[in-house]
Amino acid sequence: MANIEIDGKQIEVENGCTVIEAARRAGVYIPHFCYHKKLSIAANCRMCLVQIEKAPKPMPACATTVAEGMKVYTASEMAVKAQKGVMEFLLINHPLDCPICDQGGECELQDQAVGYGSSASRFHEEKRVVLHKDIGPLVSAEEMSRCINCTRCVRFGQEIAGQMELGQAFRGEHAEIMTFVNGSVNSELSGNMIDICPVGALTSKPFRYTARSWELSRRRSVSPHDSLGSNLAVQVRNNRVMRVLPIENEDINECWLSDKDRFSYEGLNSNERLTRPMLKQDGKWQEVEWQTALEFVANGLRQIKDGAGAEQIGALATPHSTLEELYLLQKLLRGIGSHNVDFRLRQSDFSADGKQAGTHPHPNLPPEGEGATVSSDGGEPRQFLPWLGMSVADLGKADRLLIIGSFLRKDHPLLAQRIRQAVKKGAQVSVIHSTDDDLLMNVAHKNIVAPNAMADALAQVAQDVAAKNNAGISGSLLSGERVVVLLGNFAQQHPQAAQLQSLAQQIAAATNGKFGFLGEAANSVGAYLAHALPGTQGMNAATMLSSPRKAYILLNAEPELDCANPQQAMAAMQAADLVVAISAYKHHAVDYADVLLPSAPFSETSGTFVSTEGRVQSFKGAVKPQGEARPAWKILRVLGNLLNVSGFDQDNSEAVRDAALASVNIVEKLNNILNENVGRAMPDAVGEAHPTKTGGFQRIAEVPIYSADAVVRRAAALQKTRDAAVPRAAMHSAELEKLGVQPGAQVKLSQGQCCVYLYADADDRLPKGAVRVAAGHAATADLGAMFGTITVERA
Amino acid sequence: MSLGSGPVIYTTLDFDQPWTLENYLKVGGYQALRMVLTEKIPPEHIIAEVKTSALRGRGGAGFPTGLKWSFMPRNYQGDKYIVCNTDEGEPGTCKDWDILRYNPHALIEGMAIAAYTMAVKTGYNYVHGEIFEAYERMEAACEEARAAGYLGKDILGTDFEFDLHNHLGYGAYVCGEETALLESIEGKKGQPRYKPPFPASFGLYGKPTTINNTETFSSIPYIIREGGQKFLELGRPNSGGTKLFSVSGHVNNPGNFELPMGTPFRKLLELAGGVRNGHKLKAVIPGGSSMPVLPGEIMMEVDMDYDSIQKAGSYLGSGAVIVMDETVCMVRALERLSYFYYEESCGQCTPCREGTGWLYRIVHRIEHGNGKPEDLDLLLELCDNIAGRTICALGDAAAWPVQGMLKHYRNEFEYHIEHKKCMV
Repeated sequence: MANIEIDGKQIEVENGCTVIEAARRAGVYIPHFCYHKKLSIAANCRMCLVQIEKAPKPMPACATTVAEGMKVYTASEMAVKAQKGVMEFLLINHPLDCPICDQGGECELQDQAVGYGSSASRFHEEKRVVLHKDIGPLVSAEEMSRCINCTRCVRFGQEIAGQMELGQAFRGEHAEIMTFVNGSVNSELSGNMIDICPVGALTSKPFRYTARSWELSRRRSVSPHDSLGSNLAVQVRNNRVMRVLPIENEDINECWLSDKDRFSYEGLNSNERLTRPMLKQDGKWQEVEWQTALEFVANGLRQIKDGAGAEQIGALATPHSTLEELYLLQKLLRGIGSHNVDFRLRQSDFSADGKQAGTHPHPNLPPEGEGATVSSDGGEPRQFLPWLGMSVADLGKADRLLIIGSFLRKDHPLLAQRIRQAVKKGAQVSVIHSTDDDLLMNVAHKNIVAPNAMADALAQVAQDVAAKNNAGISGSLLSGERVVVLLGNFAQQHPQAAQLQSLAQQIAAATNGKFGFLGEAANSVGAYLAHALPGTQGMNAATMLSSPRKAYILLNAEPELDCANPQQAMAAMQAADLVVAISAYKHHAVDYADVLLPSAPFSETSGTFVSTEGRVQSFKGAVKPQGEARPAWKILRVLGNLLNVSGFDQDNSEAVRDAALASVNIVEKLNNILNENVGRAMPDAVGEAHPTKTGGFQRIAEVPIYSADAVVRRAAALQKTRDAAVPRAAMHSAELEKLGVQPGAQVKLSQGQCCVYLYADADDRLPKGAVRVAAGHAATADLGAMFGTITVERA
Repeated sequence: MSLGSGPVIYTTLDFDQPWTLENYLKVGGYQALRMVLTEKIPPEHIIAEVKTSALRGRGGAGFPTGLKWSFMPRNYQGDKYIVCNTDEGEPGTCKDWDILRYNPHALIEGMAIAAYTMAVKTGYNYVHGEIFEAYERMEAACEEARAAGYLGKDILGTDFEFDLHNHLGYGAYVCGEETALLESIEGKKGQPRYKPPFPASFGLYGKPTTINNTETFSSIPYIIREGGQKFLELGRPNSGGTKLFSVSGHVNNPGNFELPMGTPFRKLLELAGGVRNGHKLKAVIPGGSSMPVLPGEIMMEVDMDYDSIQKAGSYLGSGAVIVMDETVCMVRALERLSYFYYEESCGQCTPCREGTGWLYRIVHRIEHGNGKPEDLDLLLELCDNIAGRTICALGDAAAWPVQGMLKHYRNEFEYHIEHKKCMV
């Protein structure tokens, strides 16, 4: 520790602490631009020059580390002269176009110019002009003359996003921030460059010229997309969400947001929004009153229950729905006598259900006597609850990681970032997966195998760690002190998911490590807590579609995009007598639904998401619901009343949340561990190892980052990014050659009765015998299961 | 051309082909390396000898070489490097160029001894991008040395191993700054690093690294062969040895001169053939273009060593002596100098990136008859705001010529502003 004095204030800080950080702790503000606590020290802006006793010249506070007895003067004559000198230099070539600058009102340069600038300039030469650049649909670099070359954006790319997409080209006064040869910025974290740009050089393209910062009010919220639960500041004007910024939370999103969290708000204002209840009468859609629509639904459900039986009713929800919505949905279903409720729409292996170690009565189940089967010790077999298995902060402290079946960067952009920082500090990452996308971090070991070889690959590691084999993945894991084994979305959606889980659990146990799931969606854990699951008596998401029901309630779900097998899902929807779509959007359901109930997206309702680390985060609506839209929990509550189900009398979402979590011991519930080993699933489910008939391949399907949920699918700017491009069929070049297909040519892909045509890509990092075809996208929605055999032919 | 006790560096100039190994051996070449390796002289003795010699960095900063070598962590496990800075870019300076052209083996031997002293196996020589034929000559010399067993494995039959790689730069002045040079070797944009950490702890590829100027390394064989004391006695206390002076400008016989430290400027000017016919000395920049200019009459009383020139108000720098006669317009001269620093700023630090262009534009205006009376004080204030405020010394290098010119020739600037034309 070192005792130092800053402007007369004594403070003790650790050795190695910078003067600027020590000053911050002492409550002394030192002006700065290039310094950012999350980035490396550049010391190039020179704004933080301060006087340090015995130093002959002013020193940069950001790059000077403390020394015992150091005396720092941040506002002495020497310091202020230096700071004002730098400010003058910063402003001479700056356009000073604050009145038309998007950064106006929230500009670090503007703020500090007030304190250190002069009211008139001594610079009478011509100002430098830096040409604008088009670096993609999200980040605007239209006014690069404003740039002060602090290189925060460059360092962000290199250090946080993991790729140097922006750099400083040219020298001296000609220095410019730009991409490499007119490239674009494609990082899934690019929007953070807008936040850290201290001037108006990099601004938000979707937000440009739509509002001034001081016109906006800030509402706290929680990201409805991935399972991290990033904290959001939703900025609002005239009851409209204008933009989204991060709220700093070191334990969750730090000071960052993924582009999905940041730019998806455009989807909230999409013209596809459903704003009035609609009823299909005589094959035509009519806008109706809420009362009419809800009574129609209640009558319809009652008729099917009375006629065909309650088990003919199924409910499918997305894990992007709130805890309150999911709780009331399952309660409604159970209230009318059906247990057919599920949110695991993309899951294909449910064999782990009910196999959690230990049993206990589930609080959200109906009391005994209503037909519940009870296990021998008096409780419902416990549903294991896939969660991260540790806190997000602890994940960042891991020193050895095995990541199984995850499109990590795209499915979990900020968790990937956290792991990237851990790798920089020496952690080793090993990967078992079916694709070899660049994680933009050092990967110590990887095993890229076809989907049907995943379990074998994992079993090998389990065997190796048990045998203390010091080579490869096993050796890496065995050499660690804080081992983490993670199952990604691909592993959870895999037809042998339970087996992968069981093996991962064994590996973690043998390496004394932690084991967890990278949750798929904002409320994957919350949905378990709300028991939006069939339990032992109902049908899971897959069975509900393979054995079609007569009635479906869809909560935020778009079956052709959200389900593991869209072909099957659509067939079930088309055949049903009654489909009730509760949705914020007028989506494909207009083709098969009978009633559309407009619900409020996360920004227009209060609610709760439980993140993958089990953190319960409630939020309030940022704006009023659009049109006649209503929060889905209110829609469900009224339906409960109309169907005379008890326990539907909550006045607000907090009451629903409290009811949902009333007797749930979350700490106890967060349990990944299976009580028994799970047998091997039949290989047929995954697809044949070697295609026996011409053109048969195993399908590898990711859900593209900007196709993962209803809101982001309608976010206009995100849909223009490279990540949102129309899916292509990627295969090993040897396979393309065998098919006689040139990369870039069209191929015909068929599953079941339908086929789609896509352009082919060669990717020799893919395993042979497999084809990568994304799901969750309109271009592939006619296809069948995400896993399994798919036929590829020359188009 | 040498004086007195004979040259230390340009030792082979009397031969037809001064650069060959054969000729270098004739003047005692590689004797020092052989002695060091066969007698296994302890590294600390070598460092002590270099300290005794009072050899100071010849690139311009004048840092004591022996002290610099002693900073290298002796027991560091892993790679360490030595790097020779032949990125000779300071306007007026061309001495290292001639070392590569005429006595490349002196550099190779000096670096080999340095490598032995600091337990380094790999050296790099960063050659200025605009002297390609010197780079090729150096490459040829390294080949010769390798073939003869002075570079590579088992040097001179011992277990000492050292190889030297030449790297041709692309002509950026700032890459002569040692940390920018390291960045450039690493394949990055040549921009100085903030120090600390210093290269001795975090240098090339993050490994301990010592960087010396070409002339500095080339002085080492003599120091080892003849002893540090003898080298010291060639020059003056605190300024040991000989120095290469590049004399340019209005002299009859411009060129590189190797002279003992402390040689009077008067003598140097004489050797350079004196001021060109019929003209009289006006001013001299004694240490490369970034050093403050001194009036001729002051220079005529100055000796060419670190302390004497500093006392007179400038610095010995790289030893590039730019001589100007009375026909020189100091405004025009400063405009040219300021343009150089404006063009060569790397753009990293605000004061240098923005300030060098501002300085140049003001001087340009004055030169072209658009100066304003307040410009001169503004220039000086800007210099105050640039010098000492940047990561590397390029900011200082841009400010000092302005300050020097305005200190001694302010009247010429005022005349330009008032009459919109030149005084001379």
